[in-house]
Amino acid sequence: MPTLTINGRSMSVDAANDTPLLWAIREQLQMTGTKFGCGAGLCGACTVHVNGEAVRSCQTMVGDVAGKKITTIEGLSAKGDHPLQKAWIAEQVPQCGYCQSGQIMQAASLLAKNPNPTKEEVVAHMDGNLCRCMTYSRIQKAIMRAATEMRTASATATERRPT
Amino acid sequence: MNQYVKNVTSETTDLSRRSFLVGSAATGLVLGYAGVPGIGEALAAAPANFEPSVWYAIAPDGLVTVTCGKADMGQHIASTMAQIVCEELGAKWSDMRVALASNDPKFNDPVLGAQITGGSWSTMMNFEAMSRGGAAGRIALTEGAAAVMAVPASELVVRDSVISHPKSKKQMSFADIVKSGKATKTFTPDELKAITLKTPDQYTMIGVSVPQLDIPSKTNGTAKYGIDVMLPGMAYGAVVTPPVRFGATVKSVDDGAAKKVPGFIKAVTLDDKTGTTSGWVVAVANTYANAKKAAAALKVAYDGGPNAKLSSQSLLDEAKRLQQLDDSGQFFVKDGDPNAAFGTAAKVLEAEYTTNMNIHAPMEPMNATAEFKGDILHIYSGNQFATRSGAIAAGAAGIDPKFVVMHQMWLGGGFGRRLDADMMVPAVQAAKAVGKPVKVIYTRENDMTMDFSRPLTYQKVKAGVDGDGKLVAISHDVVSAWPTARWGIPDFLTPSVDKKGPLDSFTVNGADFFYTVPNHYVRAIKNELAHNATPSGQLRSVAPGWTFWAVESMIDEIAAATDQDPAQFRIALLDGKGKNDGGAQRLRNTLLAAMGLSGYGTKKLPKGEGMGVACVSSQERATASWTACVAHVAVAPSGEVTVKKLTVATDVGTQVHPDNIRAQVEGAALWGLSLAMYEKATLKDGGIEQTNFDSYTPLRMSQMPEVAVAVIANGEKATGVGEPAVTVVAPAIGNAIFNASGARVRALPITAEAVKAGMKA
Repeated sequence: MPTLTINGRSMSVDAANDTPLLWAIREQLQMTGTKFGCGAGLCGACTVHVNGEAVRSCQTMVGDVAGKKITTIEGLSAKGDHPLQKAWIAEQVPQCGYCQSGQIMQAASLLAKNPNPTKEEVVAHMDGNLCRCMTYSRIQKAIMRAATEMRTASATATERRPT
Repeated sequence: MNQYVKNVTSETTDLSRRSFLVGSAATGLVLGYAGVPGIGEALAAAPANFEPSVWYAIAPDGLVTVTCGKADMGQHIASTMAQIVCEELGAKWSDMRVALASNDPKFNDPVLGAQITGGSWSTMMNFEAMSRGGAAGRIALTEGAAAVMAVPASELVVRDSVISHPKSKKQMSFADIVKSGKATKTFTPDELKAITLKTPDQYTMIGVSVPQLDIPSKTNGTAKYGIDVMLPGMAYGAVVTPPVRFGATVKSVDDGAAKKVPGFIKAVTLDDKTGTTSGWVVAVANTYANAKKAAAALKVAYDGGPNAKLSSQSLLDEAKRLQQLDDSGQFFVKDGDPNAAFGTAAKVLEAEYTTNMNIHAPMEPMNATAEFKGDILHIYSGNQFATRSGAIAAGAAGIDPKFVVMHQMWLGGGFGRRLDADMMVPAVQAAKAVGKPVKVIYTRENDMTMDFSRPLTYQKVKAGVDGDGKLVAISHDVVSAWPTARWGIPDFLTPSVDKKGPLDSFTVNGADFFYTVPNHYVRAIKNELAHNATPSGQLRSVAPGWTFWAVESMIDEIAAATDQDPAQFRIALLDGKGKNDGGAQRLRNTLLAAMGLSGYGTKKLPKGEGMGVACVSSQERATASWTACVAHVAVAPSGEVTVKKLTVATDVGTQVHPDNIRAQVEGAALWGLSLAMYEKATLKDGGIEQTNFDSYTPLRMSQMPEVAVAVIANGEKATGVGEPAVTVVAPAIGNAIFNASGARVRALPITAEAVKAGMKA
């Protein structure tokens, strides 16, 4: 029985090694925020982080991620208050909302590495995530808003750091 | 009509003849219409089993929960309903909550008499009833407060969930009044009607972009969709569908290899007497991953049935054959005599317009969970048509629909796809066969190849112009599968004007435009071959998505053939004469707004760029949101088209939530672009060829142009915004391509090859 480290907790799942991580998360661990969209890595609805990298959990097998650090939408922040989640609310991004867990996880992996992305960098990073409601312009705005907030917060933190 | 589907005759719940009750119950105050089953029992019920499933309820903590009988698929209709109630009730927005209704008839649409969400109807048809319900609650609370405070009710002020008496400085919160038990009142129908509703200048909630109540749960993974339902002891089903979209039958199932898959329970061959599916098998297992493995291991042999050799081309050929017959179809519009007018016209134009099939492909693949508990069949699934879908589920189970309870969930996209109930059939029959609750989830491949698609359409338009360049006649034939006829509900069909029986107006709406054309025929022709081989559905914007493609392209062609500016030509046709009075003027004004915002006619564009206009009265004449678009495109010598900007103006009468309207209009416009340029489904050997997002390719972020939206709110009644902007975009782009390059495209989706071929011609 593989043991997975998800959102900081170690959990064993009753699933064969060749089970897609997506279904282990959703069914065995009953965390349904990560969504099934295409089963082929074409839509991004199932995006989670493995060791900080955004991956498609429908294409990632349970046996390949044992011992790695997995983060789902439920674990992105303690209270749903990651700067991206706050920005998603401020910009009123979701319509049906189904793809948005994946969008937020995909965006989070961008901002973790690039706190000041250009619009072109945002588009290039997000283009694999489909939104059938076509909320793309609000997704872009929310990412820019969150990036600004994160930079401000980090600048403030830097200023306060004792020299 | 299928004898196994006890279909609903839509009994209109005429709320104008019902009393409205406000009463105390164990869990607080409940409010709803009397005579609608439920409220009486709710008030009489013992506290232990009271379920506050009436229109809305106010709990002792002051939270107001509005139960939404509409499917919420991203249009935030639940939040909008709460907003309308909140306006008249006088509650604080942060006290408002929403719940999703079951299929109990008490939640039926007051106008439509059924639970169905579509047509961009919801706000328009529920505004009055929700407003009166909210106002009745405020009056009851005010009178209750007056009794407790011993002051005249007329001196009380209601605001932000507090009722205050300025003279004495006394005040009570809604929570206090509910706890006092004094707010109990029955309104007779006449009293309810006599309530003076607020006028727009008094609104404090309507017209305000309040935070949508469902959005936080959609940023942290907690919103529950149908696919997220988990029941104790549940099994999972994966469906195996035949290579033919419809009409195949299962000859044999070999489950030898499937039996070796761990967790495999059973392969169930569907016996679908409702006629919703054909030739399906469900592999049931303990997990979905195992169910999928088992499904892949099943060896199913099929008889392909009568449609196994059909292709998109054969459906189109049949459409052309039918159109050429004089006695095909039924008349939707029959004004004057176009054929006589063509004889005397100075110029006659003819053109064929086609649209390929399109797939809904909401991001949440189709799914349903079925559970038999005692005599009751419980269905958990996000669905747009609980009334009919419950009947299909019952038909699949072989029970009466009154024993089916539909549990509504948030919809991971609807777009018309979830008006259908096919996903319930395998869930029900698998649950019955294995004696456990079963959740069936379609793979994306199932979802695409078994879609109730937007039908392939073929339209022939003939137009006559007099010597002054005035449009005097149009004859318009629309040939397609009939999505709404498939429902078998007579009330959703429309009598033809030539009395040749009912027609499916959801194939011709929009063709009855607001231009003044004295001689005008519209014929609705059912393509029976397509109807049987590719059972079609209602895809976001439905008929106006193709009728305006033809009408608005042809109007442009006439303007070009008579050397007139296409926008000015439209304005002249929108003279508001006769039956077009009112609507035509609003559409003209909307077109002018879009022209102004886009700078139409004021800019010198570089070579290879152009602007095109279109304007529409979607969805239906009686329910139109007046919408116009100016598309700005660049066309490369290769025929490649880049849409640089879409400017959309829409007259919605009254705005309940301005920000949501903009979100919906932008999403709809981008759908229009996606259908116009990127989405194409095709039939080969009776099956849909596209299986996933690599071959069926909706718009991605990198393909998004700039979109400018202008919303006109002129104080008329609120109209719908989810669909109209879909319909205006394709013709605006086609007309812009013509303006930029001289190439006229007449087939959707638009391809570089077609544009290049048009440029040469």
